[in-house]
Amino acid sequence: MKHIDEYRDKTLVDNLIRKIESEVSRPWTIMEICGGQTHAIMKYNLLDLLPREITMVHGPGCPVCVTPIELIEKALILSRRENTILASFGDMLRVPGSTTDLLSTKALGGNVQMVYSPLDAVQLAIDHPHMQVVFFAVGFETTAPAVALAVSQANIRKIDNFSILVAHVLVPPAIQALLSAPQNRIDGFLAAGHVCTVMGYEQYIPIAEKYKTPMVVTGFEPVDILFGIQKTVHMLESGVVGVENAYPRSVKKEGNLPAQALLKEIFEIGDRNWRGIGPIPGSGYHLREKYRRFNADLLFDLQGIEAEEPAICIAGEILTGNKKPFECSAFGTLCKPEKPLGAPMVSSEGACAAYFKYSITEKN
Amino acid sequence: MSGNILEQSCPIPKSDYEHILLAHGGGGKLTQQLIDKIFYPLLGNEILARGHDGATLTTSGVKLAFTTDSFVVDPIFFPGGNIGDLAVNGTVNDLVCCGAIPKFISLAFILEEGLPIEDLWEIVKSIRHAADKSGVKVVTGDTKVVGKGKGDRIFINTSGIGEVIEGTNIGPEQCSPGDVIIINGSIADHGIAIMSKREGFSFETTIESDTASLNEMVTEVLNKYKSVHVLRDPTRGGLASALNEISNSSKTGITLYEDKIGISESVRGACEIMGFDPLYIANEGKILMILPEKDAPGVLDILRTHREGKEAAIIGYVTEEDPGFVKLRTTIGSSRIVDMITGEQLPRIC
Repeated sequence: MKHIDEYRDKTLVDNLIRKIESEVSRPWTIMEICGGQTHAIMKYNLLDLLPREITMVHGPGCPVCVTPIELIEKALILSRRENTILASFGDMLRVPGSTTDLLSTKALGGNVQMVYSPLDAVQLAIDHPHMQVVFFAVGFETTAPAVALAVSQANIRKIDNFSILVAHVLVPPAIQALLSAPQNRIDGFLAAGHVCTVMGYEQYIPIAEKYKTPMVVTGFEPVDILFGIQKTVHMLESGVVGVENAYPRSVKKEGNLPAQALLKEIFEIGDRNWRGIGPIPGSGYHLREKYRRFNADLLFDLQGIEAEEPAICIAGEILTGNKKPFECSAFGTLCKPEKPLGAPMVSSEGACAAYFKYSITEKN
Repeated sequence: MSGNILEQSCPIPKSDYEHILLAHGGGGKLTQQLIDKIFYPLLGNEILARGHDGATLTTSGVKLAFTTDSFVVDPIFFPGGNIGDLAVNGTVNDLVCCGAIPKFISLAFILEEGLPIEDLWEIVKSIRHAADKSGVKVVTGDTKVVGKGKGDRIFINTSGIGEVIEGTNIGPEQCSPGDVIIINGSIADHGIAIMSKREGFSFETTIESDTASLNEMVTEVLNKYKSVHVLRDPTRGGLASALNEISNSSKTGITLYEDKIGISESVRGACEIMGFDPLYIANEGKILMILPEKDAPGVLDILRTHREGKEAAIIGYVTEEDPGFVKLRTTIGSSRIVDMITGEQLPRIC
């Protein structure tokens, strides 16, 4: 298939591996930020092909994994509320809250609708004028513009039965938090290509310089990922600090300006709690005051709801790259995709799910 | 705990799931959990224990295959077919997977109040057409109607009886290291056709279900090659789940070659967009054949003379290594496992 097969080409893969092998002279630890990249790495078992000097650690870029548990509790409450439809992306439905998940709630009659786009949720509101439709707005800068567009449309069309439960998170503050942690061992980053498609990569430059850590904007196919790794290794080996773009077919330095303008119109930046990691200053989008009538948190009086994580889950250690899924005592025993303790075991972008699904040797 | 199974409490821990989820019907791990923890312990016997698509029974010296299936597809009309021909073809193919020539089927309809009679007429016409094509007779049936909202327009339950072809011995436990794995064409067409219609997606070309009865093609193979070890239609849960079941029950390993598995361009495109893995998507006109390598060229020759087998290919091998695991040699030369699906595939966020 055009635009796919060329990025899964064995010859290109072999050439990139040879190039990495010829350049690498010492051990390097590289983190891929995005869970989509983690899954591609495991699905194509790139770890098998890379030289042993390269250690890949997996980052926090799994949107449903970092959605704080209290927001999932709020979504669960909304899904059980009379005359209310909770609309959500599919990947969120299996993520466990403190006692249950949205799919189980749906099985008991909760009104949960899977949608492919936030605009589908606006349409649901139009089609069900006597119901309240709440969209569970989860994701990084990649999905936020579509949510901003949905709010903008609902505002223009004066739809008064649509609102959003906002859980959006931002990548750069998370990278800063990782790099400033005392236990940080990351030498270089693969930045998430889809996030950078929207936001560009200018805001990564001061971070790379401050922490003297190279970053390479990277795509999601095997050739893309190996190209990103090869560029990172090259920068590390030659002592270059900065940001390079290994995904130019999608990413421009300045990003998608109309999408950024829309984000700025609808959202303001504030603190956000990350599941397993904790609060990160300036790492979340929140609805601006003038759009407060779309804020489900306020509309349905959900503020102050809290929930607790299962103590055994080490999602935070996994999401910050400090531990690999196999290092969790619950991996594959108490925690499996069919009954996850934490979100990384269930999401299609979660590191634990990727290891469980694609890896043979260290699984029970 | 009492020794009598009927006096025991449910062995699926409450901490797993207290209620049935859609995923329990997805053909993956949760379906298997119901089978292993509830159906086998309470109902198990030596015939059920074979874990095949249908039961093989010997009565008065005649070897029969017997199967049952239910059809709850939504939408009931979809590109390439409808719930009627799907029901006949599915039942016929389950009998075929027992190495049998399908003979008789039953049909039980559960109709929801409000179903247009015209729809029922169209569905029954398709049933007749599919039955004629497969050479089976509908010999008994039943009709029930449930109130509005208590069903979803139409559900069909079937059972089927076939006559096992003499000299064959088909079953997952027959699978042996060195065997080849053949499939009769591209995968994932049915599931993607259904999902596209259900979700209102349209692509440049309409993706059609592959629903088809395979008895004529498979009978021709079995008449000539009694050495076929396993036949399995990779329906719910797709190719990956079917091969995991075979690998588990035969305690062998399976290695698949990604570049040998046919997937049409439009299905690949749809899977890329929706974030689905085609290995887990349902097929309704495909059959996996596992047999000694020496017979593969002859079997492929026969398959390729049939419309349903034009693109038949060897997609993998049975191995001694890693028993119980299915491995995939990727297009880029690495190797990874292909696990059984856990629940329904859910589209990713980005």
